[in-house]
Amino acid sequence: MIELPDVSADDLARLHGVLAARAAADGLLDIAYRTVDSPVGPLLLARTPVGLVRVAFAVQDHAAVLDALAASVSPRVLEAPGRLDDVARELDEYFAGRRTAFDVPLDLQLLRGFRRDVVLHLPDIAYGRTASYATMATLAGSPRAVRAVGTACALNPLPLVLPCHRVVRSDGTPGQYAGGADAKLALLDLETRVGAAA
Amino acid sequence: MSVKQPFERVVAVHGPTVLRVCRAVVGPVDADDAWSETFLAALRAYPDLPADANVEAWLVTIAHRKAIDVVRRAARHAVPVADVPERVAAPLGRDLDLWAAVGALPTKQRQVVAYHHLGGLPYDDVAALVGGTAAAARRAAADGIATLRRTVTDQEES
Repeated sequence: MIELPDVSADDLARLHGVLAARAAADGLLDIAYRTVDSPVGPLLLARTPVGLVRVAFAVQDHAAVLDALAASVSPRVLEAPGRLDDVARELDEYFAGRRTAFDVPLDLQLLRGFRRDVVLHLPDIAYGRTASYATMATLAGSPRAVRAVGTACALNPLPLVLPCHRVVRSDGTPGQYAGGADAKLALLDLETRVGAAA
Repeated sequence: MSVKQPFERVVAVHGPTVLRVCRAVVGPVDADDAWSETFLAALRAYPDLPADANVEAWLVTIAHRKAIDVVRRAARHAVPVADVPERVAAPLGRDLDLWAAVGALPTKQRQVVAYHHLGGLPYDDVAALVGGTAAAARRAAADGIATLRRTVTDQEES
C-alpha cells in the first residue's frame, strides 16, 4: 500500500471553519454549538437561526444532548464557536457578577405546554431572590402542580439563562438541579453576594 | 424513524478521508475547494440520507462530482500565460513528490486509486462513478499503484 502524507489537523480545522461560515451563509446551519468553561463546569451552548435553544451542564453529557438536538430539531449540527460569542460573553459577565439578566434571543421550540408556562415565568424571580416550587406552580396557573414544576425545572432546556436555580423547596433548602446540587448552591451564593454588594 | 447523528460527527470522522481523496483527484491546491463543496452539499442533503446508508461511500461519491466541478471551473478561469510558473508547492513538506506522482497519473488511474485505496469504495461503486467495468477499474488501480510504487522506490534510491 502506498502511504501518502497525511492531512494535518490544522488543515482540517481551517476547512471546518470555512464550512461552518458557508453553511451559515447558505442557511444550512440549523444548530451551531460550542462549549465554554465556567465556574460550574464546561457548558454546552447551542443555537438555531432563531436564538439560543439549549444550555447543558457536563453532568448532562454533552454528546447525548447533541444527539437529542439532532433528533428533535435537525441533524444539521456543526461546532461554530463564533456563532455563540454573544452568549459566551453574557455568561462571562454573569459569572463575574456584572450581569443580572440575559438578553440574547431565545428559541423556545423545545418547550411545550405546562413546562413552557413554568419556564417562561422563571425570569419573574428577581436576581438574588428565590421562589418555592409552590409559588411557581401558582404563577404558572396550576397551584396544585408542584411536582410538575419540579419536572419542568429539571428539564429546563435553558438553565442559567432562564433561572431555574432560583426555584427552591418551601423550607428554603435548595433542592435538586440539572447541573447538580453544588452548582445550584454556587449560583445562589454568587447572586446573594453580588446582590448584597449592589 | 431512525436517529441520525449530528453532522459535526460526520465531518470529524470522514473529513480526513475526503480531503485525501480530493488531494489525489484534483491536486493539493484545488482540494480545499472540492472538500468544502463536498461537505456543503452533504450538509444540504444530510436530513434526507437514509439512516442505513454508507456515509463514507456517499461522501466519496459527492466528492467525485464536486472534483469535476472544481476542475471545470478552474479550466474556465485559467488565463493563458507566456511563462508557465513552476507548479505551486502546497505546504505538504518533503512528501510533495509523491503527491506530484499521484497528480501525474492518467485521470482514470488517479480517480480509481483515490476512490478505492483512499476512499475505501468497492470497485463496483468506483466503476459506477468513473465508467467501465469493475474489472477495468481494478486493473487501472493496479497500474496506478505500480507507477506510484516505482516513484517511491526511485525516490528512496536517489
